[in-house]
Amino acid sequence: MPQVVAQRFPPPQFTETSHLLPVPTEPAVRALWLDYLDIGVLIAALVLVSWLVLRRRSRSGVVGVGIFSVLYFGFWRKGCICSIGSIQNLSQALFDSSFGVPLTVLAFGLVPLLFALFFGRTFCAAVCPHGALQDLVLLKPVKVPNWLDHSLRMLAWIYLGLAVVFAATGGGYIICQYDPFVPIFRLSGSLTMVLFGVSLLVVGIFVGRPYCRFLCPYGVLLGVAASVSKWRVRITPDTCTQCRLCEESCAFGAINKSAVDAPSQPRATDKRRLILLLVLLPVLIAGGIGLGGLAGGTLAGKHRIVNLAERLQLEESGAVQDTTDASAAFRAGNNSIETLYADARALHHRYVVAARWCGAWIGLVIGLKLLSLAIVRRRTDYEADQAHCLSCARCYRSCPQELQRLGLPVPETPKPANG
Amino acid sequence: MNRRNFLSGSLRGSLMLALGGVLGAITGRAKARNTVWQIDPFQCTQCGRCATECVLELSAVKCVHSFDMCGYCQLCTGYFEPDPNKLNTAAENQLCPTGALVRSFIEDPYYEYTINEPLCVGCAKCVKGCTMFGNGSLHLQIRHDRCVNCNECSIARACPADAIHRVPADRPYQFKSRERKS
Repeated sequence: MPQVVAQRFPPPQFTETSHLLPVPTEPAVRALWLDYLDIGVLIAALVLVSWLVLRRRSRSGVVGVGIFSVLYFGFWRKGCICSIGSIQNLSQALFDSSFGVPLTVLAFGLVPLLFALFFGRTFCAAVCPHGALQDLVLLKPVKVPNWLDHSLRMLAWIYLGLAVVFAATGGGYIICQYDPFVPIFRLSGSLTMVLFGVSLLVVGIFVGRPYCRFLCPYGVLLGVAASVSKWRVRITPDTCTQCRLCEESCAFGAINKSAVDAPSQPRATDKRRLILLLVLLPVLIAGGIGLGGLAGGTLAGKHRIVNLAERLQLEESGAVQDTTDASAAFRAGNNSIETLYADARALHHRYVVAARWCGAWIGLVIGLKLLSLAIVRRRTDYEADQAHCLSCARCYRSCPQELQRLGLPVPETPKPANG
Repeated sequence: MNRRNFLSGSLRGSLMLALGGVLGAITGRAKARNTVWQIDPFQCTQCGRCATECVLELSAVKCVHSFDMCGYCQLCTGYFEPDPNKLNTAAENQLCPTGALVRSFIEDPYYEYTINEPLCVGCAKCVKGCTMFGNGSLHLQIRHDRCVNCNECSIARACPADAIHRVPADRPYQFKSRERKS
């Protein structure tokens, strides 16, 4: 409740001069048409990259657009608003009907997902400045062991769940708070975040796109959309001859190997394992709900109002003598402590409910992951994993058929694995 | 493969419906409009975090002066240190650490105080002096020629008084004024 400002001193009565009172200046906000320009550039870049990846099959074109995106969406637009962060605005709007979302945020949140439904993750390839920046520093790719790759990828799903919990409860935008690359794009930021960003880039010289693969919550959504995409990256322009030359070409572990020559497990073992995992799924979900209920209170403590209420309770009970800036500000204002306590209780309850959902989500995700690992698909071709492929177009040139198509010299083909 | 194509086609269709549902739910319920961050000067407690928490090296928050509220005092408690040696513009008498508040003589006994914005760091020392002992005409505002409009304002996150909120972009400033009574 804003107070009336104390007018301790009367306004001046100028008698000798005719001095006019100046008015404070109002520097203008960023023009609206520039926001629309951003949306236009986003859509144009998505169209261009989708065409370059799926039609032209041009890696250099993808790199070119990537450099443009790092410069435009990164260093020029300072990485904000970005699609990754927009998840939070959208979740908050879904759970709080009074929260409005401007057109730019809607477009950055939904258009790349729509594109992913048709063309795969072409947004990741070169439109997202975070991805493009990491793609540019990837010089000496090393292979991450399969078990580690699969486990680390779970982090992104958990991160997504937590980000939605915090955004939906009004507890802040953790994706923005812990974004590693925006401080680099801004060329300023807290030391910890700059160090985090720089070390991710250093790791990214060897491990392909660590943020995109293991942390990016938007990548999770794009992956789901891309797994049912209408068109997709095909490594070979013709038919796969099982030459295995592309096997090591993917820096992101996103090529599914052909299973033509893989030894098959006896059917009974497969079946037993599947049944076990199907039984495990509800157990994992129930466990997640239980753990979520326990963690809800801790998560709620991060919320401003809950934090303030806990502090005031300490002060009221006499456990602490001094005040914090927040409690002093609260007391200085015309605020009711009972209302604050009620708000904090309601928030605490919301957090516990949200954390239970989040726990169920994490349990479900882990269970489904185990199931998907247990189900072996009999692939006859080497093909890009639709959910994990970042459409970077690196693998194309490893295929001798592609080299032939382009009229380039084809290296000596090793003996095909299946004779 | 036909079954696979059918499955992925129907999944694609339902995901498109879901995207449309999200779009409809969000645009249908709340008015989508552009917003920017701004400080409510009546809630501000001059804690000084605006100077340090902004993602920009030099904060986007600056002191502004509502001249119509100012008493044009000779002894300005926003300008001078408590118990100044002399009421002159010597640096040791000034509250402002960067000399961004400029004092100029208008006519006896009135002085005008203007802000040299490039020097101001948004530390709120003058605002505190003016609010506690004067008319409260000096106050902090986010300057939109500097603010990069982060998705989540890091000063807002740190503000102990919860004084920073998103406001409609067509009314981006909340200046104090004499008329404001609520």
